[in-house]
Amino acid sequence: MAFWIIQTLNGLSFSMMLFLVAAGFSLVFGLMKIINIAHGSFYLLSAYIGLTILRMTDNFLLATIIGSIVAAVVGIFMQSLFLRRFHMKELQQVLLTFGFVFIIGDACLWIWGGAPFSLPKPSLFKGSILIGSVVFPSYRLLVILVGVIIAVGLWIFQEKTKYGAIVRAGVDDEEMLRGSGINIQMVFAGVFGLGALLAGIGGIIGGPFVGVSPGVDMSMLLLALVVVVIGGIGSLKGAFVGSLFVGLVDNFGKALFPELSMFTLFAPMAIILGIRPEGIFGKMGE
Amino acid sequence: MKPAELIKGKFLLILLVVVVIMLLPSLVSNYYVGLAIQIFIMAIFAMSLDLLVGHTGLPSLGHAAYFGIAAYGAGFLYLAGMKNLWLAVFIGMGLGGLTAALFGLLALRALGAYFMLITLALSQVLWGIAFKWRSLTGGDDGLPGIGRPEMGMGIDLRSDPSFYYLTLAIFVLVFIALFILVNSPLGCALRGIRESESRMKALGYSVWLYKYLAFVFAGIFAGISGVLWVSYSGFVCPTYLGIDNSAKPLMMLILGGSGSLFGPSIGAGIIVLLENIVSGLTVRWSLILGIVYVVAIMFFSEGISSIIKRGH
Repeated sequence: MAFWIIQTLNGLSFSMMLFLVAAGFSLVFGLMKIINIAHGSFYLLSAYIGLTILRMTDNFLLATIIGSIVAAVVGIFMQSLFLRRFHMKELQQVLLTFGFVFIIGDACLWIWGGAPFSLPKPSLFKGSILIGSVVFPSYRLLVILVGVIIAVGLWIFQEKTKYGAIVRAGVDDEEMLRGSGINIQMVFAGVFGLGALLAGIGGIIGGPFVGVSPGVDMSMLLLALVVVVIGGIGSLKGAFVGSLFVGLVDNFGKALFPELSMFTLFAPMAIILGIRPEGIFGKMGE
Repeated sequence: MKPAELIKGKFLLILLVVVVIMLLPSLVSNYYVGLAIQIFIMAIFAMSLDLLVGHTGLPSLGHAAYFGIAAYGAGFLYLAGMKNLWLAVFIGMGLGGLTAALFGLLALRALGAYFMLITLALSQVLWGIAFKWRSLTGGDDGLPGIGRPEMGMGIDLRSDPSFYYLTLAIFVLVFIALFILVNSPLGCALRGIRESESRMKALGYSVWLYKYLAFVFAGIFAGISGVLWVSYSGFVCPTYLGIDNSAKPLMMLILGGSGSLFGPSIGAGIIVLLENIVSGLTVRWSLILGIVYVVAIMFFSEGISSIIKRGH
């Protein structure tokens, strides 16, 4: 029993971290049809910056704020100075973000070196707590809580606010939105920045248990890809359900059938691609 | 210049290029012969992708799948002691074509950015298998020590100049095959689909079938490049199936100009030379390469060949 509880909670905390990364990837694609290969680079950059701030101040909240804001600023910079010029030219956009993967990845390697690090946990959540008869690290519970809070916040933003309505309108019919006098460039830059911010938060939150090292940018991109293919791209609900699925399946797969761990991640994605290429909650437009 | 002089000048230039290519191994050292081999192999890879991107308007972000699966196929074959190059090329074409035939069924249901996403996801499935199935593929370490194959006819492929002429011959054959293909009624139909799918449908063309054929042909030709790459380098690893190797030929098409005769080869030349020169100059080559990519797309995304054309 204890095994199941611990593995479920581990899986859920991994899911919530994944959700932060995948939600941004999905939002950006949904609105701008950009496959942002550099999405994992925001995770990488933010985690490294968080590491430096934690070494200087030991303040986890400050590290989260600064790390994710730097990621957001870099994202807005990428969108407004580069991607903007190639609106609806998928090929150029993908290759631009590909260039940024090299730039950000190598700059981080230059500054922080090639050794893997894991971020120290915030001091309040270093211990474990007792749930029934199971001892569980309290930090993992914090991650689940933060993930759920951000998911609810994003849902409220998207469904209940004017800005959320603008973004939804842009996903459905960008030309009409332009026609109704909305400055679409601001919306694009804002959503791109939000996506980078979320990935940045993911980088810090995941830092203590996923860690940060060169290459983690591409593995995060790959996980986000699996999540959005399963859940359906462009949909917040899809990113949430997809993250839950991938986080839990990956965790139980590794624990129960370590030698089959390749299938636990890729087989569901291949099956979904075969039977429902738009994903569980996705819509497939042009 | 008068038109007649222009044609004469162009003819002389082409003649010069052909002579240099034919005599290359006796003009330069083996290092540069190696670079030329890489350029020709990558040019085949880029041309195969151009069938989709330039001629049919399908921006695939998973073309490494066919290169990689053919490379692994050839690698396994060679390691099993069957070192016949022609058999490997044949199997590589089959593997590339079959994989494309399967992936095409799934990917061709989508368009534009969704098509890119699905082709990327499918190629990543293969990457995942190659990466994690250590007992078969060696995982991250790949399959080293494969060694050059044999091709019979008394030619020893272990010498780089011989391998160069082999690659050149296969490049010319692929070039001619693709030239015939894109100028056939099939090629015209593909360009029609690129320009307007709905009109082609209205004209009674089975658009899906034509796209599917282009997809499978692209996989077959990419398979040839994968087999040649393993035969040359003697090594396979999951990177061959990775996103880098899917983005690289796209970069070649963007730089060289897609949908054109020599564009993909020019792009392949630029990228291979750039990678080798920059990585020889500095340890920060990855940073420099990224900057070059970004700058190149910002300023030359119509293709170098289109700039040359504009100059005339």
